[in-house]
Amino acid sequence: MSARVAIIGVGYTPFRTITPDVSFKEMMFEAAFKAYEDAGVCPRNDIDSFINCAEDFTEGRSIFDIHVPDNIGAVLRSIHTICHDGIVGLIGGYMLISTGQFSIVAIESHSKLSNMLTLDYLVAHALDPVCNKPLKQNANYIAGMEMNRYLCETGTTREQCAAVCVKNKRNAIDNPLASYGDRITVEDVLKSETTFYPLSCLDTSAPTDGGIVMVLASEQKAKALTKKPIWIRGFGWCSDTPSLETRSWGEATYARLAAEMAYKMADIKYPRKEIDMAEIDDAFSYKELQHMEALKLCHKGEAGAMVEEGATEREGELPVNASGGSLGVGWMSEATGLQRVLEIVLQLRGEAGKRQVPNASVGLAQSWRGIPTTSGAVMILSNE
Amino acid sequence: MSMRKVAIVGAGMTKFMRRALETGQELAWQASKMALDSCGLTINDIDSVVIGTAPDAFDMVHMKSEYLTPGCGAWRKPSMRGFVGGGTGVFSVCQGWYFVASGLFDTCLVVGEEKMSSCMPHPQAAFVTCWDQFTESPLGASLLWFFAWEMNRYMNAHGITEREIALVSVKNKKNALGHPCAQLAAEITVDDVMNSEIMAWPVKRLDVSPTSDGAAVLVLASENVARRITDKPVWIEGVGWCLDSMYVGQRDLYYPKYVEVAARMAYDMAGITEPSKEIHIAEPYDPFDYKELHHIEGLLLCGKGEAPKLLADGYFNRDGNLPTSPSGGLLGVGNAIAASGVMKTAELFWQLRGEAGKRQVPGKPKKGVAQAWGDEMQVGTVVVVGI
Repeated sequence: MSARVAIIGVGYTPFRTITPDVSFKEMMFEAAFKAYEDAGVCPRNDIDSFINCAEDFTEGRSIFDIHVPDNIGAVLRSIHTICHDGIVGLIGGYMLISTGQFSIVAIESHSKLSNMLTLDYLVAHALDPVCNKPLKQNANYIAGMEMNRYLCETGTTREQCAAVCVKNKRNAIDNPLASYGDRITVEDVLKSETTFYPLSCLDTSAPTDGGIVMVLASEQKAKALTKKPIWIRGFGWCSDTPSLETRSWGEATYARLAAEMAYKMADIKYPRKEIDMAEIDDAFSYKELQHMEALKLCHKGEAGAMVEEGATEREGELPVNASGGSLGVGWMSEATGLQRVLEIVLQLRGEAGKRQVPNASVGLAQSWRGIPTTSGAVMILSNE
Repeated sequence: MSMRKVAIVGAGMTKFMRRALETGQELAWQASKMALDSCGLTINDIDSVVIGTAPDAFDMVHMKSEYLTPGCGAWRKPSMRGFVGGGTGVFSVCQGWYFVASGLFDTCLVVGEEKMSSCMPHPQAAFVTCWDQFTESPLGASLLWFFAWEMNRYMNAHGITEREIALVSVKNKKNALGHPCAQLAAEITVDDVMNSEIMAWPVKRLDVSPTSDGAAVLVLASENVARRITDKPVWIEGVGWCLDSMYVGQRDLYYPKYVEVAARMAYDMAGITEPSKEIHIAEPYDPFDYKELHHIEGLLLCGKGEAPKLLADGYFNRDGNLPTSPSGGLLGVGNAIAASGVMKTAELFWQLRGEAGKRQVPGKPKKGVAQAWGDEMQVGTVVVVGI
């Protein structure tokens, strides 16, 4: 790679569980306006290209990209939608800048999941239309099955999964953006209603609304525009199989492959030592553990013990989900990846307030597109 | 910074048809296999995949790119789905371009797939949820109404007649007679178009392209790799894409400004200053016959309002000065939305290499432009290719 690419501006709305007072268009506008202010750029003159990350069904509109340009200052400009997680949107922006034809690119993603009355059944439409969808089940059963297999293969316990919930919800108390901060115990999680055994209510993240926009720039522009660029050092993403019948249920293969690609690009050989903090997908409690192992932050079967011992606490050896993660902040659909990158950016800039992780200079953000996919992305960021 | 050169080295497509028995995955697989075979590669030679497919509502598959990954050979590979409505097909080529031009990947498979027939009784229903949910959707407007406004405005602005526009349909359906994958190739007359059923005046049945199932695939490669694969690479010299405002009522529909902006972006990249002279062959998007004329003007291949006159003079025929839609376009080959945009780029690939068979344009064309359009009449996506 010849030149580097940095995140030079971030903008976001408050994250809230319901937002009856604003439409998704207003949320997009607010986040975009704040991001452009933060980066010190004008969308009409300075930004060369725009990217939006959205899926039609979660927006409730067909061909959602129709609705995008007016709200983020992109009318009659180069703009496209990527139907993928926000981190993949950032990767798209990185590639555009790397071609040498674009200097500044803005990426937008948002969640307005409070509009969705039957989210779990909506997700079921992502199943194979011939073999799986006709079963007409609440798609969370897939997570229950996967959790069971993961616990069985690794010897991880439900208590260890519950410890993830306890940690993330506690971290979220210090995050003013988070919707689900709480002080709970392992007992509370184990006692909460079982949804799909061994998954319980508290093991499952709940949706929240919010909009996030980020501005990327080439090295030259980044240095001219900001004193605190956050450099993208590496990334990777991939999709494993969409079929339920042929996937590996115990291991998060997609996260492993994405991480391998990202580490190679960022020249990271010993992830646990070289990464100072990580924001890892925890749409379900066990997912944080499964993903930590896939990301090679620990060996297979060791993640549960690491959490129990406090190694992933904010003051620990490797803080994981200092923001509160999806369990604490709320799940934001395709914007979840951007929420994770946002936390890393704020931490590496030293702007994370009460939840600031001391001396962090390299951060990892990872996302998973949620059930029933096996698709995820990894991005490694650094303030040096 | 000098730009990394990107070439098209292989292409393949399925037959376009109203109701394919294959699933979307199978259609994508067939076209991918054909494209890879055409340049002697296997899926193991492919580093990355771009998946183009239009609204999920057609086949009610949520996160459709995830569903399609096995058929596209994207299993455990980095893959991305760029989405700009009807403009997706040509945009996918732009996206494949930035995958390779960024230096991150040496090869990229660009897959356009569409399965519209699963939407019963007609995919038109999927469009009702496109519009603004407060001001437009409650009208229950079908796409045809919107196009009727636009066609009417275009005719009014320049004093164009329905008969002049019908000639596009006649030309494209005739061009498609030479295309083995065509769905609606036919020898028809202007009177046939004029006498066909009125859908929403002035749009008549034969002004409109059919709905189709199908897939089309291109193989892209960086310069070094391309030269090892083929002696006849077709270079992607410029790409452009642009979206206008979604508020149709605030725009004058007589001219597709967004296509012009996208075209200028692509022409600048390709170093083209006088497109009407430098472009030898064009594949403008023609889901409706008037759209081809509209887009020819947007692509700056002639002046505003001049396209119908040139068409009548035979300027855009296969043996004319500037052949447009020599493939047969969407009117003739079929409108499998995202697959059609890729098909249009594939046609240029075959034409520039002299491999278009019965459809071959005389005079050894060296530079071509493909374009697609979509959303609420607001997207322009453009690719300029050359040898």
